Amino acid sequence: MRRVVSSIIAIVLITGFFGFVYPLVMTGFAQVAFKSQADGSLIKVNGKIVGSRLAAQGFTGPRYFHERPSATSPAYNAGATTFANLGPTNPQLAKNVQAQVAAILKLERPYNPGLTVHGIPVDAVTTSGSGIDPDISPAYAALQSRRIAAVRHLPLATVQKLISESTTGRSWGFFGEPGVNVLDLNLALDRTAGGTA
Amino acid sequence: MSGQGITQIVVYAVVLIALSYPLGIYMARVFADGRFAAGRWFGWLGSIENGFYRAIGVDPKKEQDWKSYATTVLVFTIPFLALLYAIQRVQAHLFLNPDHMKGVPAHLSLNTAASFITNTNWQYYGGEYTMSYLTQMAGLAVQNFVSAAVGIAVLVAIVRGIARRSGGTLGNFWVDLYRSLVYVLLPLAVVVSALLMWQGVPQTFAGHATAHTVQGATQTIARGPVASQIAIKQLGTNGGGFYNSNSAVPFENPTGLSNFIEMLAILLIPAAEVFMFGRMVFARRHAWAIFAAMFVVFALGVAINLPAEQHGSQVLRASGVNLTQGHGQSGGNMSDKEVRFGLAATANWAVATSDASNGSVNGGFDAMTPAGGAVPLVNLFLGEVIFGGVGSGLYGMFFYIVMAVFIAGLMVGRTPEWLGKKIEAREIKYAAIGALFVPTMVLVLAAISISTKLGLASVFNPGAHGFTETLYAYDSQGNNNGSAFAGFGLTNFSAYLGTIAMLLGRFVPLIAGLALGGALVKKKVAPVSAGTFRTDGPTFVVLLVGVIALTAGLMIFPALTLGPIVEGLMH
Repeated sequence: MRRVVSSIIAIVLITGFFGFVYPLVMTGFAQVAFKSQADGSLIKVNGKIVGSRLAAQGFTGPRYFHERPSATSPAYNAGATTFANLGPTNPQLAKNVQAQVAAILKLERPYNPGLTVHGIPVDAVTTSGSGIDPDISPAYAALQSRRIAAVRHLPLATVQKLISESTTGRSWGFFGEPGVNVLDLNLALDRTAGGTA
Repeated sequence: MSGQGITQIVVYAVVLIALSYPLGIYMARVFADGRFAAGRWFGWLGSIENGFYRAIGVDPKKEQDWKSYATTVLVFTIPFLALLYAIQRVQAHLFLNPDHMKGVPAHLSLNTAASFITNTNWQYYGGEYTMSYLTQMAGLAVQNFVSAAVGIAVLVAIVRGIARRSGGTLGNFWVDLYRSLVYVLLPLAVVVSALLMWQGVPQTFAGHATAHTVQGATQTIARGPVASQIAIKQLGTNGGGFYNSNSAVPFENPTGLSNFIEMLAILLIPAAEVFMFGRMVFARRHAWAIFAAMFVVFALGVAINLPAEQHGSQVLRASGVNLTQGHGQSGGNMSDKEVRFGLAATANWAVATSDASNGSVNGGFDAMTPAGGAVPLVNLFLGEVIFGGVGSGLYGMFFYIVMAVFIAGLMVGRTPEWLGKKIEAREIKYAAIGALFVPTMVLVLAAISISTKLGLASVFNPGAHGFTETLYAYDSQGNNNGSAFAGFGLTNFSAYLGTIAMLLGRFVPLIAGLALGGALVKKKVAPVSAGTFRTDGPTFVVLLVGVIALTAGLMIFPALTLGPIVEGLMH
């Protein structure tokens, strides 16, 4: 019986400290030291939140760089992340990939003559883990760059420069893989001359 | 496979050893007899510690035998199950719920409560759209600390059973619990939280943000007190995500560096415990031998998973898209993986999280290739002893060590000894229960699930892959891992069957381990002689890996042929 009483008191004390004091102190620290990150790395344009640097938001049409496919509902839902969970031999995976391949060929071929399925990098046709992967591979960005240059009447070199500015390299040049932040890149495009039409 | 990717993994191993070794020395001091926090600088910490014992009304100097220790563990843990269940049920009416989460249904609440008190963190829910901030931080994250501390406490008690040369007690649970929480987990969690915030993990009490996107859509962006929870979720080998997609979500794991830090956090304490053990029993070479055995299996996992994933899945290869690594992509099977991690960092994580009983993922397991996905499946089944869960990993390994020593003793025809203590019928019985109960239970529960309509309702993918999903679900819950072939769905049946798997999977080995410690502590130490089987050389490493492969490894093999092996042969 004494054990039960000890346990109940311990549970109250531990919950009080690790459940409230610890996260409160860490939040206070974060709000002072890393304000922007702590609030979700939000990006504001003219004072309005247009998205987060850490979440894909989905772009359509020829004027923007497109993100990777998303399995969330609706797509790019940063309030309900999910994997697609389709197994490596699942016929539905084959259907989804084929549909995505066809869509990319249709969109990009006019600007990339001779583009075949072999020219499409794998991240362009696969769902991401989170459904809101903010990055595309540099290879997929390069594939889309000719379309963007043509549609926006920009020199290809300008588009390539913007891509490299929105590319996050490996952390410390070493950890992880390089990725191109699509929201960053599209916002930069809109700021460039010949941007918003 | 890229040289760069392999270098990342090698650097990971080196940094892991460099950090876990000193942490192990520190932990050995924390759990040494007598006061830890004392002296001019740390006396105040000792005063707080004594205040805790006074508040709960226990005498820290009073030692417990194994039965008393085990009873206290249960009496302390079970009310937490009720509390966590209750918080979820009534969260809608409580504070810190800015996004107005509803009460969690009964079957899901019970499964989740069992999941978190057992250090499993299996998730039949998506945190960012199911749990209030109160539930996340004062319910789930508290268990991330507590279940880890209980694991460490039990390990330390068992180690005392091996180390001590007289008496029949294993220490005081409350002292071990407090010191794990305050001197080991808390400082590490503070440091890792701060690093994660710096890299971009949110930490706020504000509700979700609403963005008006560039093309005019509305986007909900979930956030919350994330960093403080993610730090302890990794350090405590818990693994339960704040978000549904766990550490694949950029808000939990924003960069290549945050990924590296979190991967280190996953194996840090389990690896340190091996060195702690070596110090506490005065057998550092033996500890290195155990570390080597663990490391061999870890490396083997990466060596299978990474090439399989880089080769790509059947569907992706057939589609004709470019899977080749280089020219601006990491290539391979990118299904349910994130660009910023690529193939190598996802493979490294998958192996680390399934060797430890962590279970957090930075990419989806369901979408892995048959050979790639078989690696975590088998890792779990080995009983989470390759570094393993915080505490539970090493005491799980003790069961295999006892069996290895026993087999070696039979081969040379002498009474087997481990660190000078004779291994006899009783010890073997406890070790056999500890090592074999969970794998047996996993196979039985998976068989029940796959052969009943109620169980089949959870299966998401067709064919052999659906079988693997089922096997993985009970493998993961039974071994308290928590990672998933996440297509496997929630039903009343799967929630309750999983609850049974998690509770038995936690407490049967835990009690068997304490019983083993209780049996060993009463044994006299025999002097080392020429005939003593050495437990600190390469022979022992080979024997230990062999015993693991021959027991759990052979038990899972028939099931592997029905799942990943069949699927691997399909085109």
